[in-house]
Amino acid sequence: MNLNKERMSARTVSHLKKGEKGIIKSFTDRAMSLKLLEMGCLPGCEVRLDAIAPFGDPICINVGGHYSLSLRLNEAAVIELE
Amino acid sequence: MKQGNIKVALVGNPNAGKSTLFNALTGMRQKTGNFPGVTVEKKSGTFRIAATNGHDDAHVTLVDLPGTYSIYPKSKDETVVMDILANPKHPDFPDVVVIVADASNLQRNLLLFTEINDLGIPGVLALNMLDVAESMNLTVNAVQLAMQLNVPVVRINARTGDGIKGLKEAVKQVAERTEQPALQYFYEPKENEIGLINEVKEIHHLENDYVALQYVCQHDNFSFLEQPVRAKLDALIEKYGFDENNFLANETVARYEKIKPIVSRAVKSQGATEQPYWTRKLDGILLHRVWGYITFALVLLVVFQAIFAWASYPMDMIDAGTAAAIEWMKGVLPEGVLNDLITDGIMAGVGGIIIFIPQIAILFALVAILEESGYMARVMVIMDKLMRRFGLNGRSVVPLISGVACAVPAIMTTRSISSRYERLLTILVTPLMSCSARLPIYAILIAVVVPETKVLGIFNVQGLVLFGLYLLGLLGALGSAWLLSLFIPRKEPSYFMLEMPSYKLPRWGHVGFTMYESVKSFVLEAGKVIMAISIILWVLASYGPGDSMNVAEQQVVSSMNTAPQEEIDAAVASARLESSYAGQFGRLIEPVIKPLGYDWKIGIALLASFAAREVFVGTMATIYSISGDTEDVLTVKQRLIQEKNPETGGKMFTPAVCYSLLIFYVFAMMCMSTIAVVYRETHGWKWPMIQLAYLSVLAYVSAFVVYQVLS
Ligand SMILES: Nc1nc2c(ncn2[C@@H]2O[C@H](COP(=O)(O)OP(=O)(O)OP(=O)(O)O)[C@@H](O)[C@H]2O)c(=O)[nH]1
Ligand SMILES: [Mg+2]
Repeated sequence: MNLNKERMSARTVSHLKKGEKGIIKSFTDRAMSLKLLEMGCLPGCEVRLDAIAPFGDPICINVGGHYSLSLRLNEAAVIELE
Repeated sequence: MKQGNIKVALVGNPNAGKSTLFNALTGMRQKTGNFPGVTVEKKSGTFRIAATNGHDDAHVTLVDLPGTYSIYPKSKDETVVMDILANPKHPDFPDVVVIVADASNLQRNLLLFTEINDLGIPGVLALNMLDVAESMNLTVNAVQLAMQLNVPVVRINARTGDGIKGLKEAVKQVAERTEQPALQYFYEPKENEIGLINEVKEIHHLENDYVALQYVCQHDNFSFLEQPVRAKLDALIEKYGFDENNFLANETVARYEKIKPIVSRAVKSQGATEQPYWTRKLDGILLHRVWGYITFALVLLVVFQAIFAWASYPMDMIDAGTAAAIEWMKGVLPEGVLNDLITDGIMAGVGGIIIFIPQIAILFALVAILEESGYMARVMVIMDKLMRRFGLNGRSVVPLISGVACAVPAIMTTRSISSRYERLLTILVTPLMSCSARLPIYAILIAVVVPETKVLGIFNVQGLVLFGLYLLGLLGALGSAWLLSLFIPRKEPSYFMLEMPSYKLPRWGHVGFTMYESVKSFVLEAGKVIMAISIILWVLASYGPGDSMNVAEQQVVSSMNTAPQEEIDAAVASARLESSYAGQFGRLIEPVIKPLGYDWKIGIALLASFAAREVFVGTMATIYSISGDTEDVLTVKQRLIQEKNPETGGKMFTPAVCYSLLIFYVFAMMCMSTIAVVYRETHGWKWPMIQLAYLSVLAYVSAFVVYQVLS
């Protein structure tokens, strides 16, 4: 129960403000985490929110300074930050 | 050792530059574009490598493949890669794999490299996009990389062709090696995986551990494995309690653990790494909450203005030119049937079509610029949320936009949409986007009915109406998607996740070539059909059953003997056409199209355009030049304006008729090739037939409503 609560309130990429940075800690969704790992979003990697599309979704994040990745808010919510 | 004929495959991440490299090597012109997912099927070409130190020339068969982030496919297009690489009996199975890597993002690009390496296929690593890496303050040490990865590494620029020679040599050397170096796996199987691997290796006579693991994970995608074999593999997975998802996550993380130190030694950064300056600046505007949509709307408006306003000058010249050519030909050839066939039949039909070359060229050039610049990927982002409302995906934007050129390649690009449901919906609605074949119809009817004036001093009203028609097509597509989504069950979750490429200046040579190609195929393909139909139509319109045409002529002459000669001539021509085969056929279908405001002449053109939409205008040209008075040669537009409605005595092409026709063509799925490609992509007749039915109903009903309201 406790664990669940903690999970609910964990900060994720979807909570980032424009220009704000975070470091990836873990993922909460199996299938999504596979895709994200292949795309280079690894635990320990720094991400920064670069742009928010009109209507607030999807967002664009910079992954480790290497490249820009666009994902939906529900996809971003899978990436927990430290 | 391999000499003489070498088979090479290009693999790499999406948008790494594989197709550009393919074109540079083979001299062919595969489609390229600056967004992930351009290539959706394998394409082959050939090239030669000149002889070096005692060896003969090598003939290389090169296969360009769709881009993938890993060897585990995520969408339909990506399955082809492993279907080839895991099956040594495949005719395209390569002797050498060239892994094209985007050097500006090396770490992620090397993931795929290590996977391919572990499959045991000899490889060459081609470092591409080094200019982008440089603008991000990155320098890549190729020698260092080659030492650590144990493969030849070649620096190239696929766009300019730099380094291609070195790449060819490296490929040749690897292919001609007498002995392959011992394979060094980047991923060492875990202890609990070894039992399973060994059993699979034994059953399938495999030598490679990693290939065996692929049999375990991906057998459902392998077309070369029979169903019972797949079932056996499933049983093995069960027996060993193999957890696929767990394995995949562990494997990927383990690979990155190996890659990281290699990259940090080979890639040095001067200062902070950032996306190129212009990419950051442009994204600030083009992805902005407010400016994003405003700039997108402006871009679209410019496109339509260009298609109408800029194209009108060359079009007027071509129009006048064909009229003059027909007139000249009429004078040169001896009078008679042949003269009529060539001038009224073929020349009028073809002339009705070549006038649209400038518009087609501009349309294709602008779509190419959108694709090459990298803006297309941004449009996918800003449209995703909207598209989702209608059951589609941001990625559906690519087929929808390229559908403006032609629905056939557009429907094929849907292969990069990972959700089958969204892909099907996109296929079903893409034909609603107004393709270039509809442009001639729109153009001619707009020219007849919309005045050539300007509003606000800059916007050409005809251009605005055209814009409106395209918009109507788009709204029709979104609305239909929404309606269809209510009936088709959604089975799998939807993903977006899209890499944003850096902006690149379009290559003008490439844009020019795209323009040339599109015009060429338009003229040749459409030309062939139009030529054939014009001739058939001319025959059907010039001859009638028995003596019917002469009888009709006698009747007119005797009933009009007091009228001026000119009027009699026109009436005679019209009566003859009406009693010809074509006329009688048109009469037959008239009751069906009458409620839409069309007469039998339009009916003939409508039927003919089932072969291909652009035939409509050519057919109208042929019909009206046969029925019109023969004294002077008129352009199609003038003929349509002059055409009288025999019932009312007023104009035939009233606004009600023109708009009804326009709406009909916005929605109707009148294209055999589209039906064929939907059949191919959905593997059956079910969906193309459903599509044909709903689009026909939509077209008929809306044209009916428009005509009834306006008249
Ligand atoms: N700056 C730069 N641009 C390049 C280079 N090589 C290719 N490009 C551009 O990168 C874009 C992508 O090229 P493609 O050849 O279509 O990429 P691809 O790997 O075939 O992509 P998919 O088919 O989607 O997998 C195009 O706009 C090319 O012009 C390069 O070395 N430098
Ligand atoms: Mg490609």
